[in-house]
Amino acid sequence: MNRRNFLKQSAFTTAGTMLIPHFLKAYEAQMMGQVSASNGKILVVVQLSGGNDGLNTVVPYRNDIYYRERPTIAIKPEKVLTLNNEIGLHPAMTPLKALYDEGLVTVINNVGYPNPDRSHFRSMDIWQTASDSDKYVNSGWVGRYLDAACAGKEQQPFRTIEVDDTLSLAMKGDTLNGLAVLDPKKLYNQTRSGLVTGLSKEHTTAQPESVAYLYKTLAETVSSAAYVYDKTNRAGIPVYNTLATYPANELGNRLKTVSQLIQAGVSTSVYYVSISGFDTHSNQPGQQERLLGQYAEAVGAFMKDLKAAGRQNDVLLMTFSEFGRRVKQNASNGTDHGTANNVFLIGGGLPAKRVLNEAPNLTQLTEGDLAYSVDFRQIYATLLHDYLGADDVAILGRKFDGVKIV
Amino acid sequence: MINQTRQQQTRYLFARAGFGATPAELDEAARKPLKKVVRQLFKDSTSVPELRVVDADTNETKKQLRGMFRNGQLDKDMLKERIRDNAEKVRDLNLEWLDQMATGKAALREKMALFWHGHFACRTQGRNPLFMQQYANTIRQNALGRFSDLLMAVSKEPAMLQFLNNQQNRKNAPNENFAREVMELFTLGRGNYSEHDIKEAARAFTGWQFTLDGQFIFREQVHDEGGKTIFGKTGAFKGEDVITMLLENKQTARFITAKIYRFFVNEIEDKKQIDELAEQFYKSNYDITDLLETIFTSDWFYDAKNVGAHIKSPVELLAGLRHTLGVQFEQPQSQIFVQRTLGQLLFYPPNVAGWPGGKNWIDSSSLLFRMQLPNYVLKAAEVAVKSKDEGDINVQSLARKGGARFQTKVDWADFEAAFSKTADADLTDAIASTLLPFPLRSDQRELINRQTSSGQSRSEQIHAVTAALMSLPEYQLT
Repeated sequence: MNRRNFLKQSAFTTAGTMLIPHFLKAYEAQMMGQVSASNGKILVVVQLSGGNDGLNTVVPYRNDIYYRERPTIAIKPEKVLTLNNEIGLHPAMTPLKALYDEGLVTVINNVGYPNPDRSHFRSMDIWQTASDSDKYVNSGWVGRYLDAACAGKEQQPFRTIEVDDTLSLAMKGDTLNGLAVLDPKKLYNQTRSGLVTGLSKEHTTAQPESVAYLYKTLAETVSSAAYVYDKTNRAGIPVYNTLATYPANELGNRLKTVSQLIQAGVSTSVYYVSISGFDTHSNQPGQQERLLGQYAEAVGAFMKDLKAAGRQNDVLLMTFSEFGRRVKQNASNGTDHGTANNVFLIGGGLPAKRVLNEAPNLTQLTEGDLAYSVDFRQIYATLLHDYLGADDVAILGRKFDGVKIV
Repeated sequence: MINQTRQQQTRYLFARAGFGATPAELDEAARKPLKKVVRQLFKDSTSVPELRVVDADTNETKKQLRGMFRNGQLDKDMLKERIRDNAEKVRDLNLEWLDQMATGKAALREKMALFWHGHFACRTQGRNPLFMQQYANTIRQNALGRFSDLLMAVSKEPAMLQFLNNQQNRKNAPNENFAREVMELFTLGRGNYSEHDIKEAARAFTGWQFTLDGQFIFREQVHDEGGKTIFGKTGAFKGEDVITMLLENKQTARFITAKIYRFFVNEIEDKKQIDELAEQFYKSNYDITDLLETIFTSDWFYDAKNVGAHIKSPVELLAGLRHTLGVQFEQPQSQIFVQRTLGQLLFYPPNVAGWPGGKNWIDSSSLLFRMQLPNYVLKAAEVAVKSKDEGDINVQSLARKGGARFQTKVDWADFEAAFSKTADADLTDAIASTLLPFPLRSDQRELINRQTSSGQSRSEQIHAVTAALMSLPEYQLT
């Protein structure tokens, strides 16, 4: 059954229901060519899970304390890809250095939050929910962006997409959740079993709200999966194939999917992607080199792809990790959990700010860890307000002074 | 034919007070008065089979292992292996407990313990199976006793003291984490204490520490013996005094009762019912059994607005499915995979506030996975989903494996036998009435029946119908 028939049929079988017309309306809007993204800007969040060692990513290569505290794992000055006379990138990140030289990269140092938590899970929660470290919040900042974007309009989970099989807390709103799609075709097939498709057309006025909620979620999932699949495929063949060559690793594959979705014209404003393995308690050098290499290559290919399509100014990629690591290395050639870290902003048509703020201060540590000077929520606020044109105060729960990047 | 209403009531009771019931259990219970069935649930829960994956004298914490590494007792590979062993023992503990929920006699006790695990949420980083084992057994042993005993016992558990940093809470260098969470999450709830109360209570809890072999210990030399003013009272209070003061405060009874109500009855609170229950709970000296018995025997518990209102947590879903069909997993790791993918891994709650529950369990991917789960478990369908890697090196061993097809044994014989006298035409509805909170609608019935084919044997039909019914959104509800 093709989409048109599917639509016709669902419109038929569900006439007079409360659930489906909702998504059909959204569908109609799409089909009439209305662009639903507010200003056409797209944010791609790349999460480095495990706590990437920021000091060996953006290296203070002129700092004696750095070399003293890390006798066996420090990056030698001559290996560093110099950014300015204080800091430089890890040698595995050549593609990122190239983007930097083109003026496409902004480095923000010393990003963190008050009373930092050194547990992976908790700190990731804090970054994903944008909460204070002593509060527990059940919705994520991207999810609340979705809530705001869809408030009073059609409920369209696909406006924020996580390229994965499961959905992160960051993507869960208070009223609506984003969509997890690793592979549009696979997701579509999952929703095409007789039972799932049949049930998604079911309507129910049953009393407990829980029933209505499950059926609403199901209908939205089926319609979103169909929408994304339809946008990216014609008669089962991908509409758009990327020109750039992506590295054959997980992040490369996922960013390639993001690029395909963007270039196929899917109305998604925020994409979320993660890569893990950064918890380098032992034998850090080899492990981190491999991961940062993968990261830089994948991002390099992604930006090249967008440039070829003339979209590099519409797409901004932000990279963060839940915390940085201890300044002093441990006894196993690794580093333990720390606090403040750097954040990269890439593309998006930002004026080239290159290195936004001061390098980490290794003389004024808090319990052996770097002090933060930029609250990560200031970056979120800027991205939400200045870049995506959204209500940052409503989404973050209060006003954070933006960082001056946009 | 048994009375539908009675059967639906007992189905609902077993689903809420335990992890569901087999058709045979439902049949038997439906012949007794409801009050008697409730009493039997408590009787069946008197025993507490201990969970045991490690012995206190052989357990070594990560810290101890690192020490042995430095002394040369362990080489690097051995150290790694021992740390991984510890994480795997936490996994084994998870599975042992899940077995008790799915197949043990004391379903009500395990259900209540699951509630307390979310309430006194405590997370291990794979560090210490002994501490988690003690913690789990403490909440299970005290699950149906007095909340006052449970609160004191769990507050003194090394796992909890460690998780909430009370080891670092010392005289002249207080750490307020423990004191704050005890008030905010365990007893009073936000807004019922002042920051000053927390500061002072933290001083009272100084010296509450633990030894590496899992013993609570009061270390007098780090205890702040000075005077404190807490809730307007002044004295040289110790930790026990703070717990006593918290229990004297009626707000604790109200806070706990409301949370129990949301878990067992309805997320939407009925203030009048909760006020009455809280009053009773307080007067009974926090008798948990008494409170639950009142709930399960109240007429309003069975009101239409409550039936089907609760969204099963992933562990409830998994344990329930196992119980109903006597499912055994050949590779227990699959059950870890299910928990992780759906967002509820025992001993790894997201934070000290526990799992948020309710609608938070459901998003597009988790709902699709839940609807596919019966196919994975009953039909060994290919698992099309990978769970996320959290990035913590210590839990990586929990992430690996388990994503491939599940291998299970299903006890269909018992299940089928319960429907041996059911006419073919009634089969779908009869099975549905044992699994779902609502009768099937006609369009659903048609959809379910379409999953069978005419050439199938009766057994095959039962299997197909059951798997399809368990794929319904309604199966996610109790």
